[in-house]
Amino acid sequence: MSFSFLQISKARQYLFSLSLVAGVSGICFLLSGLMGYRMVAFILLLTVSLIALLFDIMPVLLSALVSAVIWDFFFIPPRFTFRVGTAEDSFLLLMYFVIALINAVLTYRIRKAEKIAREKEEKANAVKLYNTLLSSLSHELKTPIATIVGASDNLLTGSPKISEANKKELIAGISVASLRLNQQVENLLSMSRLESGFIQPKYDWCDINELVYHVVNRLEQPVGSRQVKISIEDNLPFYRLDYGLMEQVLYNLLYNASVYTPDFSDILIVVKNNNERIFQLAADQPGRSAVSKEINRLIIIIEDSGPGFPEEEIEKVFDKFYRLKNTKPGGTGLGLSIVKGFVEAQQGAVTLENVPHGARFTIDIPAEVSYLNNLKNE
Amino acid sequence: MNSAGILIIDDEIQIRRLLEITLESHNHRVLSADSAREGLRMAAGHSPDLVILDLGLPDESGHLVLQRLREWYTKPVLILSVQSSEEDIVKALDNGANDYLVKPFRTGELLARVRSALRNAVAGPRKAVVNFNGLQVDLSARTVRKDHEMIRLTATEYSLLALFVRHEGMVLTHQYLLREVWGPGYINQSQYLRVFIAQLRKKIENDPNRPEYIITEPGVGYRFTSTE
Repeated sequence: MSFSFLQISKARQYLFSLSLVAGVSGICFLLSGLMGYRMVAFILLLTVSLIALLFDIMPVLLSALVSAVIWDFFFIPPRFTFRVGTAEDSFLLLMYFVIALINAVLTYRIRKAEKIAREKEEKANAVKLYNTLLSSLSHELKTPIATIVGASDNLLTGSPKISEANKKELIAGISVASLRLNQQVENLLSMSRLESGFIQPKYDWCDINELVYHVVNRLEQPVGSRQVKISIEDNLPFYRLDYGLMEQVLYNLLYNASVYTPDFSDILIVVKNNNERIFQLAADQPGRSAVSKEINRLIIIIEDSGPGFPEEEIEKVFDKFYRLKNTKPGGTGLGLSIVKGFVEAQQGAVTLENVPHGARFTIDIPAEVSYLNNLKNE
Repeated sequence: MNSAGILIIDDEIQIRRLLEITLESHNHRVLSADSAREGLRMAAGHSPDLVILDLGLPDESGHLVLQRLREWYTKPVLILSVQSSEEDIVKALDNGANDYLVKPFRTGELLARVRSALRNAVAGPRKAVVNFNGLQVDLSARTVRKDHEMIRLTATEYSLLALFVRHEGMVLTHQYLLREVWGPGYINQSQYLRVFIAQLRKKIENDPNRPEYIITEPGVGYRFTSTE
């Protein structure tokens, strides 16, 4: 049963059902030499039943009525009058109308019941998903809070038995937990900024070389023993992008590439320019000739040497709160959805694929470029 | 820089206590106010050496307090702000704040900012030759040496470096740098700044990709630090 018809507007439903009745009646009329008028009644009933499967109750009732009238006028002898010749035919006409009505009402009821059942199921699924997300999120937030509360209580009640070394450990625990909490809150804030559609990129000239190294330097700790190999095309132009958003995008991707891959593995960053040069001519301004904007595409590829992603989950990894099955605890499933949101906010796209040795993320962003840095001036 | 009078304007008692304890443990005299009105009153009454101002106050916006302070107060003002509000920070810096700290901040960071702000506020003759970890800048002879080797800088590169050196440890916004080095007509031409920062780093940094002198403050500007 196709429910897509349910989305058709009311007016269209009337139009379709009446044209269907009219069309079928017309064909029957042309073939009326080949079949009896009672056969026509069955064909029309079938038509009304089909309409009942697809449309709302009112168009169906109207079709039932119209088809009864058509049958009476064009087919029941004497034809082309509303008069009905025999008592048997009168009874048949009455029965036709009643059956068409029952048909319509019953189908309508069944559909309504199905719709309610479906809505219930959808709601149950949504609640289940919400609960899963909430429990993972609250776990992520409560763990550091529990650490902070516990450690500070311990220090406050000041049992003399706690050694200086243990005190230091508790304090270090508080420090780590609060940084972790801060990171989670920042992710949630980024997500809510995205959700509210409030992200307005602040475009400014970005030195991508500087951006990449800035992020890599910030990531020293999570990267640990992993080897980060950076390959940036020579003479890369400046791009007009939002530095803050780009920083977060690269940070999240590289953070993932560090946390979910084995120690001593390689992380590769490749940056290149795709200069299918597009010149955008801004309108002439009074007193100034046309200003041309040159748009190139910035391509950033981040490859890790980890286990890659299960093929069937690749599509979902950018979904909000989605976490891979069988992944280690920690993380809220927000990192990659923030990446996608921030890249798309700058009209770009991010894709993920598995390569023989790991996973590859590719960012592709069209942006205005400036080759000023390649000029040897002064 | 031993002991300075510092006024804290912040409505959060925990943050105020944290700042008080930290600053007092470094021998500063600390006053605090929990609202804009109280803060302005105390600034006028005590003339502190430094004001630490939270941008989110209950009665008035911190921006307004800054504006009112700057009508007469010439000593450094340090802004406290929350994360992801570069626009707010840049606005405050362009309106006369000297530096900023983002909550949550590390204690070390707080003390470094306070130290630089107080040091930069000291008027009077400055040393002509300044040394930063192997980098020597002679402001009177306009020469720069790195590990005793003379470095040749272009006029623009030198102006940029001299500006950084004169505001050591403090953040300088993109707009400020563009206005001071290139002129008021260039404040939106940030690509010039990117070019010259990259060139300057190539000449003075040990590893231009891991800068130790000219640090990027994303979305705000640059900070010249000598690793102490």
